[in-house]
This record gives sequence, C-alpha cells and structure tokens, in this order.
Amino acid sequence: MWDLPSIIICVFIFISLFFEVFLLLTFLENRPAMKKKTDILPANLPTATVVVPCFNEEKSVFGTINSLLALDYPKDKLSIMIIDDGSTDNTWNLIQQYQNHPNIQIFRKENGGKHTALNFAISQSTSDIIGCLDADSFVDSQALKNLVTYFSDPKTMAVTPAIKIYEPHNILLKIQKVEHDWGIFLRKMLSFIDALYVTPGPFSFFRREVFTNLGPYRKAHNTEDMEMAMRLQKHGYKIENCHTAFVYTIAPHKFSKLFTQRLRWTYGFLKNVIDYKELFFNKTQGNLGFFVLPVMIISTLSTLWLASSFIINILSKIKTGLLNWQAVNFNFLPFKGWHFNFEWFYINTNVIGLIAILSFGLMIFLILLGRKISEGKIKLRMELLYFIFLYPFIYPTWLAKSVYNVLVSKKTMWR
Amino acid sequence: MQTMNWKKYALTFIITAAVFLTAIALSNYLNNKKITNLRDIEDKIATDIMSSETQYDLLAESACKDLSADVLSQELNALAQKLTYTEINFGKNSPDLLRLKTYYTLLQIKDYLLMKKISLKCNTKPVFILYFYSADCPKCEQQGYVLTYLREQYPNLRIYSFDYNLDNPALRTMISLNKVEDTLPAIVINDKVYNGFLDKEKVEATLPAWVLATSTATTTTSSTSKN
Repeated sequence: MWDLPSIIICVFIFISLFFEVFLLLTFLENRPAMKKKTDILPANLPTATVVVPCFNEEKSVFGTINSLLALDYPKDKLSIMIIDDGSTDNTWNLIQQYQNHPNIQIFRKENGGKHTALNFAISQSTSDIIGCLDADSFVDSQALKNLVTYFSDPKTMAVTPAIKIYEPHNILLKIQKVEHDWGIFLRKMLSFIDALYVTPGPFSFFRREVFTNLGPYRKAHNTEDMEMAMRLQKHGYKIENCHTAFVYTIAPHKFSKLFTQRLRWTYGFLKNVIDYKELFFNKTQGNLGFFVLPVMIISTLSTLWLASSFIINILSKIKTGLLNWQAVNFNFLPFKGWHFNFEWFYINTNVIGLIAILSFGLMIFLILLGRKISEGKIKLRMELLYFIFLYPFIYPTWLAKSVYNVLVSKKTMWR
Repeated sequence: MQTMNWKKYALTFIITAAVFLTAIALSNYLNNKKITNLRDIEDKIATDIMSSETQYDLLAESACKDLSADVLSQELNALAQKLTYTEINFGKNSPDLLRLKTYYTLLQIKDYLLMKKISLKCNTKPVFILYFYSADCPKCEQQGYVLTYLREQYPNLRIYSFDYNLDNPALRTMISLNKVEDTLPAIVINDKVYNGFLDKEKVEATLPAWVLATSTATTTTSSTSKN
C-alpha cells in the first residue's frame, strides 16, 4: 500500500493536519486576548472615510448607504464618499438625493475599474483612516467602533473585518456561510501570526499614510485587496483583524456567478503571489513567507491532486462496472430484497483513511470555532452537511480553472 | 513582521506526528484483528470439512441425504469475499495474507474432493467449476464477476477459485492433473478445460439443462438471456 500516490497523499494530509494543529494552538494561545475589549474615548476616535465605489448598483446602493448612516460613530468624524464609476444605469440619479447630506459626498467619474474609484476617493480624503464598502455589502452598526480600537496601536496600519453572508436562503449561500465561518476563524488566527495576505474589499480600513507611503491601489488582476495586503506585508506594515466588525455581503446565489467570483479570487491570488514571489522564504516575512503562503500553494496543488485522483478512481470504477455488466450480457441479478449485512470487517481501516477522517473532523471543529467567534455560540445546522458533502465537489472546479488560466495567462473578468 | 516561534512549530510537528503514529498503530491493530478474524473463519471451515469427512467415513450409502454441505460452501464464499477485500486493502505481498490464501486454497481442494466422493457414492451429479485466475490478468476481474453472478443465479453450481500463481504443491498438482495452461482466465467445468474469457452465455451453454432449470431468476430478468 506504500506506493508513490499513497505517499504523496500522506504528505498532503500531513501538511494539512499540521496547518490545522498550528491554527488550533494559535487559537488556544490567544484566546484570552480575543475576549479582551478595549474602549476608546469618543474624543480620541480617528476621523474615518468610507468609500462606496458603485458601478451599476442601483438595486443595493441604498441598503449599503443606510447601513453606513446607521453606524454608531460620531457624525463629525465620519464621511461617506460615493463614487459612481461611470454607471450606465440609474445609480447616479438615485444617489442625487444625498447631495446635501452633511456626511456624504458624491462624485462621478469615467469608468476605470474599482481601483481607480478607490484612488480617486483616497486623493479627496483627509481622514485619519480610509476604508471601502462595496455597494453589495452592509455593515453592522458597531462595526466601525469595534474596528477602530485596533488603531490605538500606532503600529497597526490596516484592520480587516469579519465578513458574513447576507441572508443565506439557498443551499449555495449556506455553503458559502460555512466557508465564511472558516474565513472568520482563519483570518483571526492569521492576524495573530502577522500573516494576513488579504485586506478584503468590504470594510477593511487603512491609515491614510499607507497610501501616501506605499502609493495608490493597483489593478492587480482584479484583486486589488490582495495586492494591497501583500504590499503592506512586504513593507512590514502591521495588519490586524477585528473579529467583531461584522460586514454582511450579498453573495452569489447561482453557481455560475459564484464560479466567476471565485475564479477571479483564486486567479488573482495566484497572480499576485507570483508578483510578490519575493515574500516566499524571505527572512523578513516570518510566518507568512515560510509557512502560510507555501501552505496555501500546497493546498491548491493537493486539492487538485485529490480531486483528479478521485475522478480517475470513479471513472475506472464505472468502466469496470460496465465491463462486468457487459460480461453478463447486461442482465440484472434477480432482486432478493435489501439486506444490509453490516460487518465491521468491511470498514476501511488503512492509515490514509483514518487520518483523512481525523483531519476533516478537525477542520469541521475549527469551522465551528469560527462560528462561535461570529455568532457567539456553536449551533449545528444543516448547512454544515451541505458544506461537507457539496463543497469538496465545487471547490476544485474554480481552482482547476484558475490554475489553468494562470498557466496559459488568460485574464479573468469582474463579472 | 512577527519572528517565527520555532517552539510552536516544533510542538505542532510533535502533535501532528503523534496523531499520525496513533493512526498507524490503530490501523495496524484493526488490520491484525481482521487477519485474526479470517484465521478464525478458516479454522472453523477446516473443522467443518473434517467433520464432514468423518461423517462420510462413518455413514453408509443409505444416509446420503444427511450429507449436506450447502452451508459449508456458503461459508467458503463469504471467506473468499473477505480475502479479496483484504487483498485490495493490504496489498498482495502481506505474508499473513499469503498464508491465509494458501490455507483457503487447501480448504477448497479438500471440499472439492469430498464433494466428488459424496457425489460418486450417492449418485448425484453436481456441477463443479474450477476457476483459475491471476493478479495480472486483464480479463480475470470480469470472469470472476460472471462466475459470482452465475453462482447467485444457480445455487447448485459448486465454484472454486484458485490463484494460478500461488506457490503450493497441492494446487500445482490440481493444475497439472487438469492440464490447465497459463492463458488466463481458465475454467474447468466438469473436468473439461476452457482457456480464455467466457461470458455468461458461453458458460451457461456448457452447463447441463437441469442446472439451468434451477435458476433463482424471475421470468422477467432471465427472459432477456434466454430469448
């Protein structure tokens, strides 16, 4: 049983188990710090600008702006900039009603992509901290207040939020909800070891000097939020995660849309990682360069490896089944009733099977920890089963396509 | 940038390695249990064959109806299934497995000889099928499937399967007595040798009519093959 494919799978499982154990230790190590709550006196709160870049967002822009107006934050310290990035629908007319609002400024520019809208707003802003909220997301009223506490450390240059799915009403959204629980846990743990490599588009905040010192947003393969985080890491700027700054985002509810979004993310990650390859095994990059980024690359490869060996296995089983059936002239055996003759003898007890189950179980446990962080309690719901049984089939699809696109240098689109 | 905490990495490695070693130990333990389980089954079958033989030696011709070995052959089938499963999961080179397989082969030969003696004495005409396969023969899996299918359909068939390459003197004698060549799969049906793959129809064509009549198949499922 110790042939080459088995050894490869064992190595992959070892690495993933290692990563999970590492995250678990990080969690245990930092649990006290996560419970601590710091309060800042209102007088010391930084001034904040939230940029809302819009491109044809007439349906959801109101919800986004209303959630921002409902933020529990001193009104004289909060400014909202709505940038219409050359929308072709009714967005510009709709946002006219905010023209004279004391906290809101509206701008319109020619379409140039999200990063140009952000850069335009950054150039207009004079606030201490600047963040963005995509017009498909809403914030919790306490999000900003919780988030700015991390800026009381003068070394903190950026703070990322905890992103949740807005109203997960179908199976695909429920799967994404579980995925985001994992994301909430993972990002918090990565923040403890200074290894965050994404400052997500919705509601990540930066000190203004980040842009003065390191320059504006770049196109960065349509994942400007990854490039910015990697640029910060490269320059040794500290990125924190606020696990109680909740942002709700409207997630793709159809597989085709989800596929396009994830293709953009994964492709962007791979391309940015290539652009920032100097981060790998770089003495100045610690946990990120020596551990987290290599593990992310290995996990991409191992997922593809496992998925393809699974498919090959299934195909060969189907082939044997068909050949066998042909050998008996496509006859069926007479039906003798169902007999579930369960014998423990037929349970798979090889090493790979046992460890894979263990590693998967630990993964579920970590997801539940993420849920505890985001919801305050652990509730077992159906969505966990959807995730367990469906995610392994859909995740490799965009992964494979992204790797393929990177290899043939095919660019991805926003939508 | 946070300096890397080597102690934490070392601890992580120790924990992960411990989990791996535990899994390996557990897997070995359970696999040994399976081997023990197989050995127990074989011992039981050996006892059963010996008691049948003894019974045969004791009884007179008139008591033929008492000599029923149906249960025994079913046990042999269940054992064969478990052996195949184990072979797939443990690999073919496990010495434990090889010993169990040799034992199983001998049990089959003993059962075959006993059944032949009984049929002679009691004047019954059972159909014996000896099936020879090897691990590297491309058509053997299908041949095995066909025979399993036929055994399900015709419970009166007595099918014995042998790994052609198993190094055992008794098996070698069986092979040379029946003049089985090494073009596999090979089937011996009532002392006649067929080399190469035989599909369901071809095997059925060699069977006597009374066996076919005992089919367990319902009319709907068997009609396709008989029309």
